[in-house]
Amino acid sequence: MGLLRFATAGSVDDGKSTLIGRLLYDTKSIFQDQLDSIEATSIQMGNDYTNLALLTDGLRAEREQGITIDVAYRYFATPKRKFIIADTPGHVQYTRNMVTGSSRADLVLILIDGRHGMTEQTRRHAFLTSLLRIPHVVVCVNKMDLIDYDEQAFEAVKKEFQNFAMKLEIPDLTFIPMSALHGDNVVSRSPNMEWYQGSSLLHHLEQLHTASDRNHIDARFPVQYVIRPQSGEYHDYRGYAGTVVGGVFKVGDEVLILPSGLTSTVASLESFDGPVSEAFGPMAITMRLTGDIDISRGDMICRPNNRPQSSRYVQSMICWMSEKLEFEPGMKLAIKHSTKSSRVIVADLQYRINLETLHREMNPDSLALNEIGRASLQTTEPLFFDEYRRNRNTGSFILIDEATNATVAAGIIVGSGV
Amino acid sequence: MSITAYELSHLDTLEAESIHIFREVAAEFERPCLMFSGGKDSLVMLHLASKAFWPARLPFPIIHIDTGHNFPEVLEFRDQVIEKLGARLLVASVQQSIDDGKVVEETGPRASRNRLQITTLLDAIEEHRFDALFGGARRDEEKARSKERVYSFRDNFGQWNPKNQRPELWNLYNGRINQGEHIRIFPISNWTEVDVWQYIRREKIVIPNIYFAHNRQVFSRDGMWLADSEYVTRTEDEKVLTRKIRYRTIGDMSCTGAVDSDAETIEQIIEEVSATRITERGETRADDITSETSMEDRKKEGYF
Repeated sequence: MGLLRFATAGSVDDGKSTLIGRLLYDTKSIFQDQLDSIEATSIQMGNDYTNLALLTDGLRAEREQGITIDVAYRYFATPKRKFIIADTPGHVQYTRNMVTGSSRADLVLILIDGRHGMTEQTRRHAFLTSLLRIPHVVVCVNKMDLIDYDEQAFEAVKKEFQNFAMKLEIPDLTFIPMSALHGDNVVSRSPNMEWYQGSSLLHHLEQLHTASDRNHIDARFPVQYVIRPQSGEYHDYRGYAGTVVGGVFKVGDEVLILPSGLTSTVASLESFDGPVSEAFGPMAITMRLTGDIDISRGDMICRPNNRPQSSRYVQSMICWMSEKLEFEPGMKLAIKHSTKSSRVIVADLQYRINLETLHREMNPDSLALNEIGRASLQTTEPLFFDEYRRNRNTGSFILIDEATNATVAAGIIVGSGV
Repeated sequence: MSITAYELSHLDTLEAESIHIFREVAAEFERPCLMFSGGKDSLVMLHLASKAFWPARLPFPIIHIDTGHNFPEVLEFRDQVIEKLGARLLVASVQQSIDDGKVVEETGPRASRNRLQITTLLDAIEEHRFDALFGGARRDEEKARSKERVYSFRDNFGQWNPKNQRPELWNLYNGRINQGEHIRIFPISNWTEVDVWQYIRREKIVIPNIYFAHNRQVFSRDGMWLADSEYVTRTEDEKVLTRKIRYRTIGDMSCTGAVDSDAETIEQIIEEVSATRITERGETRADDITSETSMEDRKKEGYF
């Protein structure tokens, strides 16, 4: 049984909480005491019905103000798969939350109210999904019950989204007409929409093929930690621990180590449970190499004929996340990329993306909270990276404000050079 | 390890994610420490940590916040496990905090040392200058926890501020802190109760025997079975009887409820847990059902 991570996106009243509530309820993942608790709170708040949004709004401020302030994680399982939902709020701080919640997602659910079609929010969500290279997108055209389960209405929304998505890169796009409130096409096919020939949402999530989403070609092993037991039994043991973030490593493979450029051979791939003959992402293993080479955290193990780019100049898309600071040329920040921590200076801010029109606004002075733009960065030491489109792990980074230690940006690498 | 077409099973994926977090912390922090209670989650944590650093020993000590109200079976079990691992155990005692006058024992039939542990824990962090503390909390346990980061920043009062959490992107964790601050690290954030049990079965992790059904002298309070012990004061109406129960979670004897059960094997526990309609904390923790936001309130003060 595998694991699927998905994020949910949608505007405030499109029924996102209802949909999550229904998925959890119908897969028996809501517990009786949780239901009792939200029923009691609903009554106390004067609601006519049990407000399933309370399931995800756990914090005091959220309950008091009726808002969702952060990403919440939910879990459910069917006999076929385990699911992790990153539930991101649709309004305030939407970019920051959605980028955070979707950064590890295999799939994003975008909800659209069938009565209204695409909104500004939908366009932003679709753009962010494409920017973050989420391999699979499901557009749930919701509230079909309020438009008489009309096929033409569904087709119109679908057409509208498809036209917009032509400008984006979304590899796998699926449309499902549904009523989250009544459960139409959520867990099982709806008798109210015989014209719809596709799967229910849950069936789609269970069957989705995700094995090809990972990069199994470019072997990448960032050294995370060096294991040296210093004990009698393992006196000369030296193992490189880390998580495989691309490709496949096999015992006997010739490897190249960056930044030294030295080559060696994989002597063994080890784990607590014994040796393995090959390792692939996202396995966390310990690699031992032949010969006596000096390797430390932050180094990258790859193949001699397939190495990542190594450069101090990085072209990137920046999602700015600080409300206190603005991102601007000349700024110095700390960067964490893969297992390497370094410092950067912002060399240039080329453009900002207008999230409503997707137009580029050239040479802006700065990026404010929730704004996205393209910038070149210069690092104090070389980074070993791939373009994000090839590898989500070696192509991403975070920026940290050195004064407050706050994480202030998510970065996506689009190229090297100035 | 089950390998088919370069895909990992859900347990292998969760395990790899947790091991990655343990290693990241060991690499980036100077003085990490693992909080251990003897319960199933902390046993899974110890097992994962052993895997992360094998064949080396754990590169950090283990701390137990001893409330003095533990199940004796669990204390004995703790010492055996730590000795077998060859790890270093530190014990911070709530009784000591009381004797030193730092906290005052609650009184009355519902007295508990649950809240007092916060002071003992924060004092121990200060004394040992820990900069990272591993905890076995899971996001499926409780609604405040469902919004907490894997790296959960604490200021120099040990406080959690839910409104000001660092965004956590990809698997890039920001461990930067100033002197006196620390980070609580939750490597099994994404595990569910069922995942934990399935993993215990798969890895053959030994757990304290009070998780299995046994006969015990109990009394009923707030819809839970509490063990009759020297740490609780019963009211006149609270009559002791013998029932076949098991513990679904392990905490203090004074506030951890038992559930009626016939589950004598891990298989039977997994069956029981998979079929239950009540959350583990709702069913077994008197401290969590005091109010809607009691976990959030305690966490803000520095709770686990």
